[in-house]
Amino acid sequence: MDKFIRLDGLVAPLDRANVDTDAIIPKQFLKSIKRSGFGPNAFDEWRYMDVGQPGQDCSQRPKNPNFVLNQPRYQGAQVLLTRANFGCGSSREHAPWALLDFGFRAILAESFADIFFNNCFKNGILPIVLPAQEIDALFAQVEATPGYRLTIDLSAQVVVRPDGKGIPFQIDAFRKECLLNGWDDIGLTLRHADKIKAFEEKRRIEQPWLFA
Amino acid sequence: MPQTLYDKLWQDHVVHEEADGTALIYIDRHLVHEVTSPQAFEGLKLAGRKLWRVSSVVATADHNTPTDHWERGIEDPVSRQQVETLDANIRETGALAYFPFKDPRQGIVHVVGPENGATLPGMTVVCGDSHTSTHGAFACLAHGIGTSEVEHVMATQCLLQKKSKTMLLRVEGRLGKGVTAKDVALAVIGRIGTAGGTGYAIEFAGSAIRGLSMEGRMTLCNMAIEAGARMGFVAVDDTTIDYLRGRPFAPKGEVWERAVSYWRTLRSDEGASFDRVVELRAEEIRPQVTWGTSPEMVVPVDATVPDPAKEADPVRREGMERALQYMGLVPNTPISEIAVDKVFIGSCTNSRIEDLRAAAAVVKGRRVAANIRLALVVPGSGLVKQQAEREGLDKIFVAAGFEWREPGCSMCLAMNADRLEPGERCASTSNRNFEGRQGAGGRTHLVSPEMAAAAAIAGHFADVRDIL
Ligand code: SF4
Repeated sequence: MDKFIRLDGLVAPLDRANVDTDAIIPKQFLKSIKRSGFGPNAFDEWRYMDVGQPGQDCSQRPKNPNFVLNQPRYQGAQVLLTRANFGCGSSREHAPWALLDFGFRAILAESFADIFFNNCFKNGILPIVLPAQEIDALFAQVEATPGYRLTIDLSAQVVVRPDGKGIPFQIDAFRKECLLNGWDDIGLTLRHADKIKAFEEKRRIEQPWLFA
Repeated sequence: MPQTLYDKLWQDHVVHEEADGTALIYIDRHLVHEVTSPQAFEGLKLAGRKLWRVSSVVATADHNTPTDHWERGIEDPVSRQQVETLDANIRETGALAYFPFKDPRQGIVHVVGPENGATLPGMTVVCGDSHTSTHGAFACLAHGIGTSEVEHVMATQCLLQKKSKTMLLRVEGRLGKGVTAKDVALAVIGRIGTAGGTGYAIEFAGSAIRGLSMEGRMTLCNMAIEAGARMGFVAVDDTTIDYLRGRPFAPKGEVWERAVSYWRTLRSDEGASFDRVVELRAEEIRPQVTWGTSPEMVVPVDATVPDPAKEADPVRREGMERALQYMGLVPNTPISEIAVDKVFIGSCTNSRIEDLRAAAAVVKGRRVAANIRLALVVPGSGLVKQQAEREGLDKIFVAAGFEWREPGCSMCLAMNADRLEPGERCASTSNRNFEGRQGAGGRTHLVSPEMAAAAAIAGHFADVRDIL
């Protein structure tokens, strides 16, 4: 996993609540057995005028000019600004894979769905929860300011606006360490292999029916 | 101190705890299907790691498999590759049980686990699928995980987690005739919203919940994720134990007795405190129909399509307007005047034997309305299908004009050939009415099996209480 320490990135606004993972990456693309290549199909149904199929050359497809991420001013965005309950629905990790492949490294919202939130950390994407009034203010600034960028400093746990205002955010200490160091969770867990084995043995004696 | 069921289940699985409360949780049962596992198996192989405990794995192919013409195999090459990849991966690593495509016990992973007794009380159950919450009906800590976590469980038999907050969702009273667990689930989501359960583990309790069968409890816990809660569960009682007795992977003899006495402790203690308590009266719940593109956009069947003009909050109003436009609905239209094109009875929410019996009871001796282009019944598993056929339910459906299919996820997410065409409207017993969920441009209304059957007969939504 890539480290996440500090990001200075262009911001794209997606002004909808309850954006679900079916919308982030529609099911036909879940047939892939790979982790990469989902970027061109991120938000497929909103982004294109036709119905996308796996394996298609997306550069030739008709784009929906009204979809915000198609606007020239937001090309190359790395920060996604959105509304409450982002990433609800299906647990598909293809959603963070698609967002990452599209170029996003951080997502700012009032709230996230649990499983999606979790999946982001596994892929080096930083989901940041901010109070509703901060999100509202950011939407207003982004819309009013072409080329609007934010700086995200993970060690200091702060989002810095172009006008210098810093918005602090919370993150679990453990998750923060993992992101800052780009640690692989599995490697970390396997340091406790002996503890896991001991736990398992005890369980096998106490609840043998679980080990049939 | 009195403990909640969640506290007990959590405590029973903590292997190790970090300073900030992040815990390593032991996983008892790992359910695997073709869509979210290939990248995990590949990751495991690339890192030179092994499956930690083969006997924790139960696998099946369900999302991509066709529901008709099984003799032709899987015609879509991409789907076929995914299913064959699962075959190959399981061949290589092994599993407690594997129900491949066409196996008599194959089916939707959340139907297959419980009916084989592979889901037992007190287990932690995970699967790369958000509706894993279904298994909470057996007093399990059961929830969906992403593919990285699938790999993590394969390699370590554990997950890194923080404790959730607890919510007690109590439904007291008796459900009226024609009102089902699905209606309770939708009414709950209508009350607390699709993000209402975010960060919580929900315990469903109260006399109305105790009165539900295991099938009904599974339907309810299945939808906990649609209320934003990663998991929902119900305490163990006689209903739980009666259901499990004699299932293939349930313990036998003396071990069974020991297991049962432990399982009976799996309930919240008297006086245990919850972070949030929500109460509903069973008598007030009416058959529900969703009208929008989120499960919280739901009203009783005798109501009308809501009017965004009456919504004060601008973000919500805009969401409602967008949903109505997508759904092709006009505010204030009575729900019973909305005509449907297709009917789908199936999915891990409502494809168990009890669901099929209930739908068949409505359909029996009647005909599907002329305007219905397709009415589909897709049993949740091969075993459900066999049972239904033994009871003659298939004949009732076919005589009425329904198609009787092979088991699988089918039109719940339309990864196979079963789907809606743009603009088509469907009465569906599945769990998600998101834009494009059942096919690009398709319009989904979530209902109970009885209500789906009633819509098929009437050609539009109809109050099943008037038919029964
Ligand atoms: S039936 Fe639908 S919700 Fe259930 S596992 Fe299959 S696709 Fe997921």
